[in-house]
Amino acid sequence: MRAYLPAYELKAPRDLGEALALLAREPGLWKPFAGGTDLMVLFAAGKLEHKKFLSLWQLKELKGIEVTPEAVTLGALTTYTEVLSHPVLASEFPLLGQAARETGGVATQNRGTLAGNIANASPAADSPPALLVYDAELELVSARGSRWVPYDAFHTGYKQMKLCPDELIRRLRLPRSSRPRQHYYRKVGTRKAQAISKVVFAGVAEVEGDTIRDLRLALGSVAPTVLRCRKTEDVLRGKSVEPATVALARTTLAEEISPIDDFRSTARYRRQISQNLLEDFLLSLQ
Amino acid sequence: MPEGGRVSIACKVNGHAHTLEVHPMARLLDLLRDELHLTGTKEGCGEGECGACSVLLDGELVNSCLVPALHADGADITTIEGIGGSSRLHAVQEAFITAGGAQCGICTPGMVLAAVNLLERNPNPTEEDVRTALAGNLCRCTGYVKIFDSVLRACQRTQAQT
Repeated sequence: MRAYLPAYELKAPRDLGEALALLAREPGLWKPFAGGTDLMVLFAAGKLEHKKFLSLWQLKELKGIEVTPEAVTLGALTTYTEVLSHPVLASEFPLLGQAARETGGVATQNRGTLAGNIANASPAADSPPALLVYDAELELVSARGSRWVPYDAFHTGYKQMKLCPDELIRRLRLPRSSRPRQHYYRKVGTRKAQAISKVVFAGVAEVEGDTIRDLRLALGSVAPTVLRCRKTEDVLRGKSVEPATVALARTTLAEEISPIDDFRSTARYRRQISQNLLEDFLLSLQ
Repeated sequence: MPEGGRVSIACKVNGHAHTLEVHPMARLLDLLRDELHLTGTKEGCGEGECGACSVLLDGELVNSCLVPALHADGADITTIEGIGGSSRLHAVQEAFITAGGAQCGICTPGMVLAAVNLLERNPNPTEEDVRTALAGNLCRCTGYVKIFDSVLRACQRTQAQT
C-alpha cells in the first residue's frame, strides 16, 4: 500500500550541530536520510518503519573529498558520481570506482552516497567490499563527540551495526599505500546493468616475485553482512599461486562464507561463484 | 496518527519560479505531475529502476520518484517540457523521431533527458558511452538499438551545426 503522506515528517537541519542536537534529544526517533535512493523505494511501498526523517543531503559538513599524503578522506555524502570523477580514487582505489560504476544507473549514482550504502547495511551492497579491502575507517559523530572505528568491525549482524541512535557517519578514511597493489572487483548479477548482486567480490594483493606478500578479500551477498574473509587471506599470505594453494584457498573460502537461498540466487550457486571468483583473482596476479 | 504538516518550498521548473506548499516527503514526480501539471514526466516502476521519471535537478539526472519534495527546495529543475515542445524540438527529440527511437513513448521523456544530460557532459560520446549513460532507462519496445542510433545521430547533427 502507498504511504500516507501526512504521517511522515522530513526535517532539514541547517548544519551538523543542529542535526546532532535533534538526534541527542530524541535518539532513535529520527532516521537519517541522505540521497533517498533506498529509503524512497521503501517509502513508496509503505514499508518504512520510521515516520520521522532527518535530511542530511544539505549538510556541507558531510561533503567533500580531502587528500593528504597519508589518506583520502571522503565526506559521508560522497556520491558514486563524485567517486567516479576523482583522480586519486581512480588511480589508487580503483575498486571503489568499479563498484560505483556498477551501482544503478547515472541517476542513482548522482544521489546514492557511500555512507548511505553503509548505513542501509544491505549485505548485497556494492561499495562496502571495496571499502573493506582498502581498510576503510569511519568517523562517527554525535553531540557527545567523535570516534573513528575500523569499517571491518562496523557491521555486527544482518542490518545491525555499531552506530548509536544519536550518531551519524561523518567521514570515511582510506589509508594510502605506497606499495604497488593489484586490484580485482567483480559483481555477478542477473544482468550486467542495474542488477543487484548475487555475489560481489573485491580483492587487493601485493605481489613480490611469485609470492603474495599481503592481500585483502571481501565479499558481498554471501553472509548476513558484507564480509572481510580473513581466514582465506591467512592461507594465501606468503604463498605463491600454485594449484594446491588455490585449492586450499577455495575450500577455506567456502567454509568462511555462509550464503543462503533467497529470491536472487541459491546458496550453492553463490558458494561456487565465490570460489571461482577467488580463483580468477589469484590467477590474474602477476 | 501524528500529522506531519506541509512546508513551503521554492524552486524553479523549466525557468519558471514556483512557491509550493507540500508534504516534505511527497515525491518530486507527483509534485511535477499533480501540482504543476507537467505530465511529460512519466511514472514507470516508482522505485528508481526504470528511469521513466528522469528529470534534471541542478543539471544532474535524477529519478524524480526517489527525490522528496523537500530536496527540491531551492533547486533548478528541467523536465521534458523544458527541453522542447511541438513548436521547437531539441536535436535529441528530432533524432528520436527520425531514427525511430520512440515507440509507445512511455520511456521517451526519460531517455531524452538522460541523453541530453550525457551530451552536456560529453558532446562526443561513443556508443559505449551512450549505453552506459542510458543504462538506468528501460525500454520494453525498441530493443534499444534505435534509441542508441538516435542519440548518436543527435550528437552528429549538433556537431555539424557548430
